[in-house]
Amino acid sequence: MAESKEPMAQNKRQRVLNAVVPRVRGLFLPVGAILMAFLVGAIFILAIGENPFVAYAALLKGAFGDPYSIGETLEATTPLIFTGLAVAFAFRAKMFNIGAEGQFLIGALAATWVGVNLHLPGPIHIAVTLLTGFIAGGLWGGFAGFLKAVRGVNEVISTIMLNFIALFFIDFMVTGPMKEESALNIPQTAQILETARLMKIMPPSRLSAGILIALLAAFVVWWLLWKTTTGYAIRATGLNPFAAEYGGIKPNFNMFLSMLISGGLAGLGGAVIISGLFLRFQQGFAPGYGFTAIAVALVGANNPPGVVLAALLFAALSTGARGMQNVAGVPQDTVLIIQALVIFFVAAPQIVQWLPDWWAKRKAAAQAAAEGAQLEGGQA
Amino acid sequence: MLSTLLSILTVALFAATVRAATPLILAALGGIFSERTGVVNIALEGIMLTGAFFAVLGSYTASNMGLGPTISPWIGVLAAVVFGVILSAIHAVVSIRFKADQIVSGVAINILALGLTGFLLQFIFNTSGNSPSVPNLPAVAIPILSSIPIIGEVFFNQPPLVYVAYIAIPLTSFVLFRTPLGLRMRSVGEHPKAADTVGVNVFKLRYLGVLLSGVLAGLAGAYLSIGQLNIFSENMTNGRGYIALAAVIFGKWNPWGALGACLLFGFADAIQISLQNAGVNIPSEFLLMLPYVLTLIALAGFIGRSVAPAAVGEPYEK
Repeated sequence: MAESKEPMAQNKRQRVLNAVVPRVRGLFLPVGAILMAFLVGAIFILAIGENPFVAYAALLKGAFGDPYSIGETLEATTPLIFTGLAVAFAFRAKMFNIGAEGQFLIGALAATWVGVNLHLPGPIHIAVTLLTGFIAGGLWGGFAGFLKAVRGVNEVISTIMLNFIALFFIDFMVTGPMKEESALNIPQTAQILETARLMKIMPPSRLSAGILIALLAAFVVWWLLWKTTTGYAIRATGLNPFAAEYGGIKPNFNMFLSMLISGGLAGLGGAVIISGLFLRFQQGFAPGYGFTAIAVALVGANNPPGVVLAALLFAALSTGARGMQNVAGVPQDTVLIIQALVIFFVAAPQIVQWLPDWWAKRKAAAQAAAEGAQLEGGQA
Repeated sequence: MLSTLLSILTVALFAATVRAATPLILAALGGIFSERTGVVNIALEGIMLTGAFFAVLGSYTASNMGLGPTISPWIGVLAAVVFGVILSAIHAVVSIRFKADQIVSGVAINILALGLTGFLLQFIFNTSGNSPSVPNLPAVAIPILSSIPIIGEVFFNQPPLVYVAYIAIPLTSFVLFRTPLGLRMRSVGEHPKAADTVGVNVFKLRYLGVLLSGVLAGLAGAYLSIGQLNIFSENMTNGRGYIALAAVIFGKWNPWGALGACLLFGFADAIQISLQNAGVNIPSEFLLMLPYVLTLIALAGFIGRSVAPAAVGEPYEK
């Protein structure tokens, strides 16, 4: 009896290990990549004669030093969660959505229109505003999905093109039809009505309830992808469209659907940012959330919890950057360099593995050369 | 209305078209080299931006060292090419040697370029907007040709890098379609395995394609900062790398096709400025949108479908 109990316990332990080990191992890559990126970033800081420890401490303090900074960092996390989820979601169907930026902005613009022009009671107005952002962004992204499904147009190129079309369309709207009527000639819309605004949850910081919606969205995406048939079909399409088709799943439809939902998530992000933070659409207000999103999705391994953590990382980098420049005299743009390095190291994990190998080889070669020299010296 | 429209169709407008098209042409030719060998290059934007910065830095440093205003900008051009190649080399190593996703690598290059140029702008010039002005490359009238009425003024009284673009177009076409090297380059972009089987070095040719794109996009950047202006300003490429990419696709990965696309896009850019100056009330945004809309239409196959090299975007595993 005792003998049979042992293997069972072992089995159980093995099962737990099987479940835990890959997850922990999955963390190694992004964490290693981030550490490497900061290390290489430190070289840049040293090169301009500043102290990387001082700089990174200022960065950390700027991002998390006091409740106000924490609130600001979380507010900066909010749009990145949405756009990061958007890129990650499409990626599950093997669709590379470079267009989160355009979808985000179109969602923000549409939401602004509803927020300014519709008159509805409180919570309903917010809901309609956010829904409009989702739909507008969804249509913008869905169009790229449609072109892919029906005409085979590469979604990377089409979403890049749609980004610019969105940008110029928005320029037209905020300098023309939707421009605020005022004496000042500012390219911006009027403010959205009180009823369409999300409440602040951590004053005096500007953090709004949008962060809660973002976390909810992350949960819904997880649920949709892993607990529903639709999500299964989307993931199957991404893993192997031919096998999926053989199993009765329509890959083309699922590519379209993934882009529709992906665009919707980005558009919802735009709506949340308008409704919770900016309150109006101002030309050029968004510093490229859709592009950072690619890094967020990549570092977050296209998993909703990973995306949330990665969004927090990149938001902290951007909020802390100003502190770093002011306190340590290190240019803000250093964080962009770090960001790019994180992407390189996550996208090409072989670099991380290859560097120590190369170092070891070099050391071995140097040692061999030194021994060779010693031998020669001995002979002479 | 009509008379205003006619009045802006001047020699100056067409000369402006050529100037606006030049950086697009140079970068697009780079894109063609890279993509024909099978490496997607959305890093053109970042490489151009880096080129633009180092052109200014090179010219600035050279003139501080006492080199005259004729030589200094050429040092800038050299610096732009060198750093264009360095940046493209990162893209090449990451996507060819380490087999990372080429689009992801391109995105990272673009972020890196934005960060690096901003970082250096702050560190060297202590500003986050515009660099100080540096010696640039003024227009050079080509003897005889520039005295041809209209054509002379439009094509042959331009900054020197415009002439480099004129030469680069037929040269690219010749190399790609009339030489063994070009045949091999195209073969590794279409079917690397087959090329490898007959002894073509896939990796070497892909490196060559990407590095050539670094040379050309670097030149394009130099043209923006010291060919057209005499300063660098933050993010001054402002999407031109992506327009060049659009031109590659719209021109079906062919240098002459890309030339046509770049001239069309350059014209759209030039005419919207003229229209604004003439006070014509057509929303310029729709003209600026044109390159992207046309490219989408071309991709969707409504005007002669664009088909990419078959193996573009796929890392090659031996």
